[in-house]
Amino acid sequence: MEDQKKEKHTISVLVNDEPGALARVIGLFSGRGYNIDSLTVAPVNLTKKHSRIIIVTSGTKMIIDQIIHSLERLIQVKKVIDLTSGDSTSERELALVKVTSKSNKINLLKKTAKKYKAKLIFNNSKKYAFEITNSPDIINSFIFELNKIGTIDVSRTGIIAILKN
Amino acid sequence: MNGAKIVLKSLVDQGVDIIFGYPGGATLPIYDELFKQKKLKHILVRHEQGAVHAAEGYARSSGKVGVVCVTSGPGATNCVTGLADAYMDSIPIVCLTGQVPTKLIGNDAFQEADTTGITRPVTKHNYLVNNIKDLEKIIHEAFHVAKSGRPGPVLVDLPKDIQNEEYIYRGKKRGNKINFQPKPNINLNSIKKATSLILKSKKPIFYCGGGVINSGLEASKVLTKLIRKTKFPCTNTLMGLGCFPAIDKQFIGMLGMHGTYEANLAMHDSDLIIAVGARFDDRVTGNLSKFSPYAKKIHIDIDPSSINKNVKVDIALIGDVKIIINSIYKELEKNISFLKFENIKKWWSQINIWKKKNCLGYKKINYPIKPQFALERLYELTKNKDCFITTGVGQHQMWAAQYYKFNKPNRWMTSGGLGTMGYGLPAAIGAQIANPGKLVIDIDGEASFLMTMQELSTICQYKLPVKIFIVNNKWMGMVRQWQELIHGGRYSESYTESLPDFVKLAESFGIVGLRAEKSSEVNKAIKEMIKIKKPVLLDMVVDQYENCFPMIPSGAAHNEILLGPDDQADETVNEEGMVLV
Repeated sequence: MEDQKKEKHTISVLVNDEPGALARVIGLFSGRGYNIDSLTVAPVNLTKKHSRIIIVTSGTKMIIDQIIHSLERLIQVKKVIDLTSGDSTSERELALVKVTSKSNKINLLKKTAKKYKAKLIFNNSKKYAFEITNSPDIINSFIFELNKIGTIDVSRTGIIAILKN
Repeated sequence: MNGAKIVLKSLVDQGVDIIFGYPGGATLPIYDELFKQKKLKHILVRHEQGAVHAAEGYARSSGKVGVVCVTSGPGATNCVTGLADAYMDSIPIVCLTGQVPTKLIGNDAFQEADTTGITRPVTKHNYLVNNIKDLEKIIHEAFHVAKSGRPGPVLVDLPKDIQNEEYIYRGKKRGNKINFQPKPNINLNSIKKATSLILKSKKPIFYCGGGVINSGLEASKVLTKLIRKTKFPCTNTLMGLGCFPAIDKQFIGMLGMHGTYEANLAMHDSDLIIAVGARFDDRVTGNLSKFSPYAKKIHIDIDPSSINKNVKVDIALIGDVKIIINSIYKELEKNISFLKFENIKKWWSQINIWKKKNCLGYKKINYPIKPQFALERLYELTKNKDCFITTGVGQHQMWAAQYYKFNKPNRWMTSGGLGTMGYGLPAAIGAQIANPGKLVIDIDGEASFLMTMQELSTICQYKLPVKIFIVNNKWMGMVRQWQELIHGGRYSESYTESLPDFVKLAESFGIVGLRAEKSSEVNKAIKEMIKIKKPVLLDMVVDQYENCFPMIPSGAAHNEILLGPDDQADETVNEEGMVLV
């Protein structure tokens, strides 16, 4: 078959916030053998009870089309947008990184955080926690550098993006 | 009124008059309300799987939504096979399940199961009602979802406390807002393009499936009109049989794994495939990389996710078959002067050469009865009776599809997608209830029949004059055939020892039992079966070693079709094919 090249796609799924909505969306991926590389869910319209699920997945063009059409078929799904095209913003992610390091490395730690524009949100004698919002690649390299300074613990939100218009 | 009554009122407002079900602890309030009313008739099955298949038979033979009511836990889990079957074949079903009281959900209560969780992958949609205020809306919405767009099964899980809780019933007319509407999207430009392809093609073929049947009687009529106007050949899928009359000269038989030689070769060689309500299933396409290499493809389907799923198509028309075919017909009439029958003259003479192979021919002998002969006689002796046919799954199902000629939609009910053995008997019950006074025949295999034969008791209770035509070869015939052709004749576990005496078995349920063992007895037995106005089981003892041909082995292409036992299977069955189903 043609178009065998795998592409990464970020798909935004607006759903009615009803029980089972997330399970149906995820079940579609697991049941049909599609990948989920990243997943975020949060309510976006409290009065209309809408939630937005953003999924990063990969597959051939045919598979991505299948995923989008299959998502559109779900009853609770209101709207599906492929955020990968040029019409959307670059992908962003938020991460919280906690570092436990020796006191002699504090300066290096602060310098690194400054370089990456990460915000200090918590610290006590040995532990420092930073908040960083950026593209996944930059967050990765931030984590990589902190890893050299001390033992770290990471929480990441998963990737999000939005349409420009 | 209480929740149980609201459920029943909603059903009545939806035009339901029949429910197939089986009571239990968690549905007692509903059964109590059923007892007090007269509008809904309840058919008591003997196993919940039978309830869903019966509802499917009812839905498919009547065009209405089939309704099922079962209890929590095992009642619901027993439904899963039926729901999966309805999901694969796009049959509109509403399945009501009891559930333990909301406070006990998640506590491993007696007869508790996570019904919505278990059935999520096999339903179009499902609901757990946890507030009485939503109950009425959900039931009405369930019907809307089940029958709109591409139909399918919808499940509503009803906790017992909700069934007992008091609330008001508003009624359907008071406008319950339904938040799901499939969007129609018919592109006039695509219709024009499709029409111009039709006008230009030299080797066209219509390939029609179950979507035409689901679109309704009118769709079959419009499609037949269009096909006759074009004079193009037409092949139907297993699910589509009856949407175009099988006795029509333009009909070249079913296609696919056990389809006719001419249909499969025509698909392979064609330059234009017009797929109508069919989904390029693997039983139809054979080896995808060798599928119809020369054809442009027009795909008409209501489900966008069916487009380009298996086969890349050139023009996709998404929407209701009836509406799209009608638009194409009108567009064609505008350009009728360009429709040249000379274009396809050569094509038809090629098809007629293929037809001469007589791929459905078989040896005519007196003993043992050839199953093909039994099916052919059954068709000849019932063809004037507007017969409804259901089947199990396996060789008998394929022979029925090959030898029984369906000329109307909604007359043929078989488990196509899921391939559920045991479908035939309960589906026949549903078809008979939807069509009282009509001749309903379950063409079954002895192994399929044994899987749901508890429903004989249902047939007996409601005095349903269902005819059970068992093509008995004492083997799981299709498994045996594959073992013979693909696994070196190692017949692992496919022989059924100690079968019951089917005649005595029938009699023990108050059903007339007949048997035929020689070809010379076949006519008489079938005539007698039809004549008796009561349920009849006919045990047709056939050749144990007959195989179902033509056959496209897994992994092979349409033009690698095997015509009979003399064709060498080993050349076409490769290692890739061995791992396929």
